[in-house]
Amino acid sequence: MNNQLLRFTTAGSVDDGKSTLIGRLLYDSKSIFEDQLEAVEASSAKKGFDYVDLSMLTDGLKSEREQGITIDVAYRYFATPKRKFIIADTPGHIQYTRNMVTGASTANLALILIDARKGMVEQTYRHSFIASLLKIPHVIVCVNKMDLVNYDEAIFDKIVADYNAFSSKLEVFDIQFVPISALVGDNVVNRSENMDWYQGATLLHMLETVHIESDYNHIDSRFPVQSVIRPQSKEYHDFRGYAGRVAGGIFRPGEEVLVLPSGFTSKIKSIILGDDNLQEAFAPMSITMTLEDEIDISRGDIIAKPNNRPNTAQDVDMMLCWMSQRPLSLNSKFFIRHTTSDVKGVLKEIPYKLDINTLNRVEQVEQLTMNEIARVKIRTAQPLNFDSYRKNRITGSVILVDEGTNETVAAGMIV
Amino acid sequence: MSQYYLSHLKELESEAIFVIREVVAQFEKPALLFSGGKDSIVLAYLSKKAFAPARIPFPLVHIDTGHNFPETMEYRDWLVKELGVKLVVGYVQESIDKGRAKEETGHNASRNALQTVTLLDTIEQHKYGAAMGGARRDEEKARAKERFFSHRDEFGQWDPKNQRPELWNLFNGRKSIGEHFRVFPISNWTEMDVWQYIQAENIPIPKLYFSHEREVIRRDGTILSTSPWLQLKENEVPVKMTVRFRTCGDMPITGAVESNADTIEKIIEEVAGSRTTERGTRADDKRSDTAMEDRKKGGYF
Repeated sequence: MNNQLLRFTTAGSVDDGKSTLIGRLLYDSKSIFEDQLEAVEASSAKKGFDYVDLSMLTDGLKSEREQGITIDVAYRYFATPKRKFIIADTPGHIQYTRNMVTGASTANLALILIDARKGMVEQTYRHSFIASLLKIPHVIVCVNKMDLVNYDEAIFDKIVADYNAFSSKLEVFDIQFVPISALVGDNVVNRSENMDWYQGATLLHMLETVHIESDYNHIDSRFPVQSVIRPQSKEYHDFRGYAGRVAGGIFRPGEEVLVLPSGFTSKIKSIILGDDNLQEAFAPMSITMTLEDEIDISRGDIIAKPNNRPNTAQDVDMMLCWMSQRPLSLNSKFFIRHTTSDVKGVLKEIPYKLDINTLNRVEQVEQLTMNEIARVKIRTAQPLNFDSYRKNRITGSVILVDEGTNETVAAGMIV
Repeated sequence: MSQYYLSHLKELESEAIFVIREVVAQFEKPALLFSGGKDSIVLAYLSKKAFAPARIPFPLVHIDTGHNFPETMEYRDWLVKELGVKLVVGYVQESIDKGRAKEETGHNASRNALQTVTLLDTIEQHKYGAAMGGARRDEEKARAKERFFSHRDEFGQWDPKNQRPELWNLFNGRKSIGEHFRVFPISNWTEMDVWQYIQAENIPIPKLYFSHEREVIRRDGTILSTSPWLQLKENEVPVKMTVRFRTCGDMPITGAVESNADTIEKIIEEVAGSRTTERGTRADDKRSDTAMEDRKKGGYF
């Protein structure tokens, strides 16, 4: 019952074995049910396949099943006695960069698949870059289809060396490599008998043991206020609680806190959830906090500590992934959602955009089209209280919302 | 020295409470769609926790097909009193009487699809900006693609190919007049998580979920309870069996499983060993490969 939750993302196209790998993980961990398997078997037979197409387990929409492609992020779940897993399964083609970014945004870990026959390809660079941009803390590189290269150690070593050379340019600090065959099952859940030269762990063992306790920031205390709880009952006449989810650091009753943007200070009177009084709260706990003093606090405010406050600014630099069909041009205006606050903003500058296959910078950019990633400067109507995305993925991220259509049009990582 | 990480149940609880609170902060008139099933029960208890010591600041909305298990209704009325929350009921019978919905006929007739009309009418009548539901992504393949905040156009329709990207925990509930949102706070929970949470939090659930003796028939591999709404075929003879229900839908379409699990512990053991999904007992999902996606596009739960 006391298992940890690991969220990981995969990206890939039809033929690189991603669906087979997920199918293998689900199947070997006994997470596929008989009626699901029967439904997939029936659909496969209906399409005239002589094998069971496990990708149909993840491709849920009618149009996806008809076309045999993954369009959108699909979420899959499985558990072992050690951990619970949430897979964000995304398409891998460049036209779905925005879906990959979406899947990556909440992941602790990225699975990068490399076909042993092909080695590093454009897609490998792209997926690794997105993992690094979204600051996914852990990466596992699966060198797949080892059965098709005679389980050759030299081929695996070459890919590891190539990947390390490339990833030294990225900000990914925890990379593990595993040679597998998703089709046959080598080193996925069970150890391979075909690769004596490999002494490392199986993929599932890595997923079960990777150290995720430090994935949240437990140093810089941040509590974005979601809403104010006022019971309006006789019993709790003077109760005023601040509801929210801890975004970083640790809060304890009795500690002094600083409220932004007002700058008032007070002490934490209590931390509660339901009927429980808590001795401490840390990310990602949802709690209700009460303070010793009655001060004006509302949704969008951030509670921090007096000696450790977030940055406050109206001009914010960020890496932006543009997600809308309509191109983005300079001086466009948006709503900016940052933690629980909502402010207006305008795009001031695009210093450069990135070619996400080569990581080369392209300067003098006037507009961005869908799936492009660029460095931008945004001016906000009110100051934002933020951290760099590198320091805190919660207080360092924003989405942009179109004022006219209400669509979510971009994801931003504050530099 | 404390350990600064949460168990999976605590993390899922925290995520769900965050989503429920976002709904109340972002929408003027939210509501909780309550079916009487374990998922919406968990949702109601999470809501209680989210706003304590204040009361739940939105009503429970029940779309009543008129074909409910009596145990579900009894539980619903108890829960509403227990939580001190307002109950709003939309009646499928009223939609039928007004000619807004047409009753199916035949042996496998059900009011399941008719609920969509009543649901959308109820949302429109009360001008609910967001309707929360207990749907989970692990239940069904179309639901695996669902967002936490799921946009519905002014006709209540879902457009699965044009969903808003949903990043981090930044939920975008902006909408135009006449549109609404469906919100699924327990999207990331599995059936097992729900049961473990019910056990950990000691949440009371309807008697239907526990093993009991009942008069049933077998039809196309499904065990159905006898009821005034189940038309028996000529060769069907009701028998007594010891069964329980894994889901809590309408009486004529919700299949039972043979079971001796009469405690939460035994249910968890049974679920852990089960080789079929809970929706495998639902006749409404078996109508076609994309039955759920088709119903969801039209505005179903």
